[in-house]
Amino acid sequence: MDKFLTHVGTAIPLRRSNVDTDQIIPAVYLKRVTKSGFEDGLFAAWRNDPEFVLNNRAYAGATILVAGADFGTGSSREHAVWALQNYGFKVVISSRFADIFRGNSQKAGLLTIVLPEGDVEALWEVIEKDPSAGITVDLAKKEISFAGKILTFELDDYVRWRLMEGLDDIGLTLQKMDEVGEFEAKRASFKPKTLPVLS
Amino acid sequence: MQAFYLNQDRMIMGKTLAEKIWADHVVRSAAGEPDLIYIDLHLIHEVTSPQAFDGLRLAGRKVRRPDLTIATEDHNVPTLDILKPIADPISKLQVDTLRANCAEFGVRLHSLGDAEQGIVHVVGPQLGITQPGMTIVCGDSHTSTHGAFGALAFGIGTSEVEHVLATQTLPLVRPKTMAINVEGTLKAGVTSKDIILAIIAKIGTGGGQGYVLEYRGSAIRALSMEGRMTVCNMSIEAGARAGLIAPDEVTYAYVQGKPHAPQGADWSAALAYWKTLQSDADAKFDVEISINADELEPFVTWGTNPGQGLPLSANVPNPADIVDAEERGAAERALTYMGLTAGTPLKSIKVDTVFLGSCTNGRIEDLRAAAAVLKGNKVATGTRMLVVPGSDRVRVQAHEEGLDKVFIDAGAEWRNAGCSMCLGMNPDQLAVGERSASTSNRNFEGRQGKGGRTHLVSPLVAAATAIRGTLSSPADL
Ligand code: SF4
Repeated sequence: MDKFLTHVGTAIPLRRSNVDTDQIIPAVYLKRVTKSGFEDGLFAAWRNDPEFVLNNRAYAGATILVAGADFGTGSSREHAVWALQNYGFKVVISSRFADIFRGNSQKAGLLTIVLPEGDVEALWEVIEKDPSAGITVDLAKKEISFAGKILTFELDDYVRWRLMEGLDDIGLTLQKMDEVGEFEAKRASFKPKTLPVLS
Repeated sequence: MQAFYLNQDRMIMGKTLAEKIWADHVVRSAAGEPDLIYIDLHLIHEVTSPQAFDGLRLAGRKVRRPDLTIATEDHNVPTLDILKPIADPISKLQVDTLRANCAEFGVRLHSLGDAEQGIVHVVGPQLGITQPGMTIVCGDSHTSTHGAFGALAFGIGTSEVEHVLATQTLPLVRPKTMAINVEGTLKAGVTSKDIILAIIAKIGTGGGQGYVLEYRGSAIRALSMEGRMTVCNMSIEAGARAGLIAPDEVTYAYVQGKPHAPQGADWSAALAYWKTLQSDADAKFDVEISINADELEPFVTWGTNPGQGLPLSANVPNPADIVDAEERGAAERALTYMGLTAGTPLKSIKVDTVFLGSCTNGRIEDLRAAAAVLKGNKVATGTRMLVVPGSDRVRVQAHEEGLDKVFIDAGAEWRNAGCSMCLGMNPDQLAVGERSASTSNRNFEGRQGKGGRTHLVSPLVAAATAIRGTLSSPADL
């Protein structure tokens, strides 16, 4: 995972709430066995509509997605995060994210920022007026700055530390396997096992 | 002084069921870090696992506990001609990849054609590897189904699948708890599906975000295990991390005798532990809400998220009546997508396809309930009905009980087990503009096929709708 310190880019407004993972990437696009190439499925159904904001050339190259409330509801597919990343997004901003989506994004290194609805609206207005408006996200300071404004956001310290260090969870947990072993030694014997196969 | 005593009281305050299970699985807890939680059972399927196994391979890691891991093929398997090679090359690649990964890493797999194959959330309970007090995860959001046994069960992403494969643990932040009290008695024709659709309509698709829901109350206790699974299954549709129900005699009776149920002394020890698994009387939930079961009616969704539902006797709502601007916009978009006009009686909506199946309502009781309504009747002309058992075991049992014959005689299609039209990854899909009444759990745009329009219903409503060709309950027959 790459370290995430600051990011400077342009943003695209997605004025929709309840964007579920079936919209982010429809199931028919889930059939790859790799983590790349999912950009073709991103918002696939909506991209058929020439009016859809991702088809607006003014926003080409945007790396920050600013969405309505309850972004990422629905399935646990991490492909939704990969599709956003494969397409080039580094940051998603919304007033509320679905839990599993948020967890997945933090693990994969896609920064999800929660801002109050009013701030999301303010940001929409700025980028709708000027699609080339530069946005800076500073993870150390937990700040977003644009059009002379500075907004602060909250992020769990542990998550922020991991993102800033680019650390992968598995590596961290593998350093603690002694404790896992101790826990296993005390597990109740009645807990089920899948092996051997019984019928 | 008084404050001191209050604090003391707080410290010995009772725990909720979710908190008890959590506490029993903490491997490590440190300030400023998520807790490291031990995972008792890891369920795997073909769609969300390939990248996780690949990650293991790249890092030279093994599956730490193959004996706590089990895989099945469900999401994109065909439900016809299952013994022929899978026609869709990409589905075939995923299934083949799962088979190769399970063989390489020593993971038990139930493949297409195997007696234990089926939807992962149907297979776990029927094997008896889903038991009270466990932590259960799967790369699938409807893992919440297993919460019906009083287990803490939730969906995870592929990075987490890899994490569990490698370490049998997950770093997790403890969720908040919400009690949902459903008191009273359901009227005839009202089912567990209607309870959960009514709950989601009440709290909204974001209402459960950050919470583990505990369903309680007399109406929940009166449900069978399968009914409880239907309720817990859709917890995720309210945005919740998980949903659970305290185990009781109904739970113990269901588990006992299943292939992987504890035996002998283990059974006694397990039972003694399971009996401690209730929220303490003085436990405090972060939020509590109540639903009156006496007032519930058969429920149906009219929109494109599971919270957009109403009693079947209602009319399509008018977005202009919705105060919240975002919700109003969402309702307008939903009606356009669904091709519905405000004020239309829901019961007059004509349905092209009825889908009976999925991990929500593809179990034997669901098939029995629908068959009882269909018996001696015919599926309406112009309507097709697809019946897809949740597992091969359900299919065999339905056959032994003669249910398959009831469906076939009524003119329905009788299929092999899998997720099928629940998410339309296999050939079972709606066409553009086609309308379904579906016993599954998601009515998102395009969920059952691009441009398809989904109304979520119970198995009873599905069967009555198939007969009349319009959204109906058995009382309308
Ligand atoms: S039946 Fe539907 S909801 Fe259940 S696991 Fe399969 S795709 Fe997911």
